[in-house]
Amino acid sequence: MAGPIKAKFVEKEHAVVDGVDISGHWNRMFEQRVITEYTPELIEKIADLPNAESFANCYQCAKCVSVCPVDIVGNYGPRKLYRYAQTGMDLTEAPELWLCTTCKNCLRVCPKEVDMIKIMPAAREEAILQGKFVPAELQQAFENTAKSGNPLGQPQRKRDAWIKDAGVEIPIIKDLARPVDVLWYVGSYPSYHPRGIDAASAAARIFSALGIDFAILGKEEKDDADSQRLAGEKGLFEMMAESNIATFNNYEWKEMVVTGPHELNAFKNVYPKYGFDRPVIHYTTFLARHLDQLKELLKHEVNVKVTYHDPCYLGRHNGEYEAPRKLLEAIPGVELVEMQRNRENGYCCGGGGGGMWMDSFTAKHTTMRLSEKRAMEAASTGADVLAVACPFEVSRFADAVKSTGNEHVDVLDILELLDKSMRGE
Amino acid sequence: MNIVVAIKHIPSIADDLPVKGNNVDFDSVDFVLNEFDEQSIEQAVLVKEAVGGTVTVVGVDMIGELDGVLHLALAKGADKAVKITGDDPAADSHQQAKWLAEAIKGMSADMVFAGVQASNDLDGQIGPMIAAHLDMPYIGGVSSVEVAGDSATVNKEFAGGVGAKYSVSLPMVVGVQASTKPPRYAPVSKVRQVAQTATIEKVAPSGDAGSGLTFKKMAPPVVTGHAEMIEGSSKDVAKKIVELLKSKGLA
Repeated sequence: MAGPIKAKFVEKEHAVVDGVDISGHWNRMFEQRVITEYTPELIEKIADLPNAESFANCYQCAKCVSVCPVDIVGNYGPRKLYRYAQTGMDLTEAPELWLCTTCKNCLRVCPKEVDMIKIMPAAREEAILQGKFVPAELQQAFENTAKSGNPLGQPQRKRDAWIKDAGVEIPIIKDLARPVDVLWYVGSYPSYHPRGIDAASAAARIFSALGIDFAILGKEEKDDADSQRLAGEKGLFEMMAESNIATFNNYEWKEMVVTGPHELNAFKNVYPKYGFDRPVIHYTTFLARHLDQLKELLKHEVNVKVTYHDPCYLGRHNGEYEAPRKLLEAIPGVELVEMQRNRENGYCCGGGGGGMWMDSFTAKHTTMRLSEKRAMEAASTGADVLAVACPFEVSRFADAVKSTGNEHVDVLDILELLDKSMRGE
Repeated sequence: MNIVVAIKHIPSIADDLPVKGNNVDFDSVDFVLNEFDEQSIEQAVLVKEAVGGTVTVVGVDMIGELDGVLHLALAKGADKAVKITGDDPAADSHQQAKWLAEAIKGMSADMVFAGVQASNDLDGQIGPMIAAHLDMPYIGGVSSVEVAGDSATVNKEFAGGVGAKYSVSLPMVVGVQASTKPPRYAPVSKVRQVAQTATIEKVAPSGDAGSGLTFKKMAPPVVTGHAEMIEGSSKDVAKKIVELLKSKGLA
């Protein structure tokens, strides 16, 4: 295809229209820009993919760009992707393909319901199946998930190694050999990442103190793979989903509590399409339900100013904004302050949609990490603690407060704050 | 171009290596594809894509779980897969090289690729010994291969960042250190599709060989010293480090 034909301009030294002198610089345009010079081929290439049809709906209003967390640290946004496709960019080959974190803020404001949460995974899957460029770190996370059952590449049989130092007994459902009220799906980062283990241990102590009849899957637990799906590896997701559903259905339990919002999204919204349909809730919702009983346990003051970061997959994707705040407000001594972007308009940490495993790639295409932007916003509230409720976030923000010179801000999971108040440590 | 890739299935070192008796406890360790073989599969597929031909991947089935690795290789672009039913997780590199060479003998290979070494024994012997058994020349430490007609240009790496370019005539055995491009990703859907449709040729192990070495004892490394963690603020830590260096006469 030859390059686009440049729009013609009309040059007049002196122009008067309806008696108004509109003379100006030579590049002032007096005629409408001709837009038929662009071909819709590369837009159709994306919109023809299953689930990506809404890409063609875009009418370039740009509401999405103003709320896109990636645009705030770079030059990106769904409207721009459409425009780039119109002017010759094949999304399946462009670095832009990997920048979306599927945070869903664009869909929230889009009058045409252009659904990037469906478009990006479809376009990424196409790129992966066609053997196009895939960021090496992401490839590693995929391979780790397929080989080891978790994106960190840690051995499966060490998945429950953390429980011995939690300070309370954590029953494994297989050993318990009886039905339980709550099956607690711990998650990969809380099982393996040192800061994740801190939150998991806190959760175990809280569940135990509340007298919850719970158990975990232990060595049988595997990654939910929802972020791998959003990053384009649907085959991997389906393999993990089949295996997880079989494991979940091996045991009798009334309700599943998950540590992570991504797992919540997977098990509640996506696994049902694969035949799994049992009650799943996030730990914040679960604990908020036990708030009265929990308050009695929160004996020690934690005198800190806290700001709370809404995880995209807990808030925008699953509508839970209040439970985390109720839990924080229940802690004696805690003063909760809000960041400017909160709740429905909460900023993204950059970890969703596979972003967790593309940090160095994304860093090359943005001015700063999304987590760094958010860490600065948190620090600007004067908060001592940035509270989170997603296992991706603790490590991301812990790095970001350091790299932005805000080490004085502690990054803690809500579980850790509750545990502090419970134990006075 | 008829390319054969000889691969090795080895105990994973992602976890602490369990020891039983005087060897690895093969029953309680996962087996993985040798990482240099991932490079050599990629290099073979790149050559095939450049000049045409077929890629046959062959390996010794140590614990009966090689199929997964072979399916992955097929999904990445290999055309045929062969497993030698060794069923001996303790078979050393000399024995494996003999079995591999016997299996490769009838394949009329123009090139045989092997990972330059594997992390289980680090002896780098599979490639050279296959070459010896097949009476073919060997070049190891290779980081790129370009084939033109019946000769090839290969880059070989030496210690200290020195590299050399060789022009070699085929057939020959190449020990791959790194492929020209990083190994490609095989989507799980493709691997699963391959697993359902592919046939893996089974070959009985043939020929005896051994390194002549016997394991006398295997044990995890003994911990002799501990790192001292210096705690406190960065200023305190820096001060303590300076004191420590001074006390040792280093500053």
